[in-house]
Amino acid sequence: MSVIVFIDSRGDKIPKAAQEAVTYASQLAGGPVTVVTFGGSTLLESLGAQGAKKVIVARGVAIVDGQQLTKLVCDVATKESATTIVCVHDGTGKAVAPRVAARLKAGHVAGALGLPVDGRFKRNVFSGKAQAWMEVTSPIKVISLSPNSIPIAKGEGTVAVEEYSGDLGAARITVKEVRKAGTGIPLPEAEIVVSGGRGMKGPENWAGIEELAQLLGGATACSRPVADMHWRPHHEHVGQTGLAIRPNCYIAIGISGAIQHLAGVNQSKVIAVINTDPEAPFFKAADYGIVGDAFVVLPKLIEAAKKLNAER
Amino acid sequence: MKILVLLSQVPDTTARIAFTNDNTQYDSAGVTFIVNPYDEWYALVRALELKEAAGSGSVTTITVGGADTDATIRKGLAIGADEAVRVDAQPTEALQVAEHIAAYAKDRGFDLVLAGKETIDHNGGQVGAMVAELLDLPYVPLASKLDVNGTVATVERDVPNGVEVLEVSLPVVIGAAKGMAEQRIPNMRGIMAARTKPLTVVPAAAVDNTGGTVKFELPPAKGAVKMIPVEEAGKLIELLHTEAKVI
Repeated sequence: MSVIVFIDSRGDKIPKAAQEAVTYASQLAGGPVTVVTFGGSTLLESLGAQGAKKVIVARGVAIVDGQQLTKLVCDVATKESATTIVCVHDGTGKAVAPRVAARLKAGHVAGALGLPVDGRFKRNVFSGKAQAWMEVTSPIKVISLSPNSIPIAKGEGTVAVEEYSGDLGAARITVKEVRKAGTGIPLPEAEIVVSGGRGMKGPENWAGIEELAQLLGGATACSRPVADMHWRPHHEHVGQTGLAIRPNCYIAIGISGAIQHLAGVNQSKVIAVINTDPEAPFFKAADYGIVGDAFVVLPKLIEAAKKLNAER
Repeated sequence: MKILVLLSQVPDTTARIAFTNDNTQYDSAGVTFIVNPYDEWYALVRALELKEAAGSGSVTTITVGGADTDATIRKGLAIGADEAVRVDAQPTEALQVAEHIAAYAKDRGFDLVLAGKETIDHNGGQVGAMVAELLDLPYVPLASKLDVNGTVATVERDVPNGVEVLEVSLPVVIGAAKGMAEQRIPNMRGIMAARTKPLTVVPAAAVDNTGGTVKFELPPAKGAVKMIPVEEAGKLIELLHTEAKVI
């Protein structure tokens, strides 16, 4: 079985989800794999630690144009006689993986949650309320891996970096502007998420949420009403209509836990809920709960997190 | 401007999720079906707004499914679509849905194809991109804002820690996410008009078969929640560290 893996490496750092995808591809292949990527990262050699033996990079491509990138991936797939193409189930992957699947008439697993069991891939359906086992019967498979699905391998290995020399044609999409709203850990990659809801009473009270997230090395998120009232930016909104995330630890403060919110966070490994209302539905989905006011509980959590950090 | 909106039927957001036939099929007994919220609230409504702003054009919806989806399709017409198409097929995977839609849309000269970012049942987010590939069109997923000026679309999409503003020439396929429009509740006039608007049924196209879901399962039941008294709130951090081992 020949496996290649497509990742987005436009930034300086190789994203966590990309390292996971390379690890996953190498585990699927049972040995080192070829990585296909685009952008200007200077750290591509480091992917040897995750099981890459060769990286083919299209340096000139700086934006997500699904058609250019689909051609890139399909060219490399042909060259490497790939039978499995691994992608990341993120914004870039969603623009490319289904296109590659349609072009190659390949079955596509959108959001695999781990390695296959008896040839079947598990993925979330019904907004995380159930899981489906999928079988791919076509000669070529496209597997998009959900972020936070497997631990990153930290091995050793040397990598040959090759520049892609084919012609990708002109981009049909142009980027006019990128508005950065933060520099923290991207929410879909965060292993710890501290999230606030209406119980926080106003945007001016978010300093505590931010401080706790920072102390724990996590990211901040919010509920839909909070984003709708513009207390927080929309890209922080988790839930049915926002982002679906699956961190190791989700701490919800002042969020009641409506079914639409749970759809975005019910895949978290551990959920802790702080709410003044003991009847809040979120407690039924939680592992840990505190009935209490956010403004009483948050300072205590911050104090405890500082203490923990001092000890470790 | 000629706009095609991909409309999917899904179980209501609060529907009970259960399976039958040895967990191979969704149990639809007693379930209310709705238009996939991303298709309805964002894709369809934005299509109508763009047509209204232009003062001309048409909005066509397309659904792949059996006659049991007709009531859902009429909802789209009641909200304001001009006409609806149903491809009479029972797809078993995303690629088949895309192939049916592309077979219909090919050579019909749509300027804009709008889909919800994903359906709330399969959550694949694949069909829009696959249709784009099959029609050789650009595709922008996860778009939270869409404007059209002449033949150029300006699209905003959320990226990690920010927003990206893109420009792309029509024709294009767009995956609509929250923010693109506000839900429209159909009024009585719309509901009456929907009864007489055209709903054309077209035969299934030839499609590929690359696999699909073979079994469903429900997540294991959550254990009891461990409550911590508010006076000892700091203990939560300790438990997350020593017991749950997640921080």
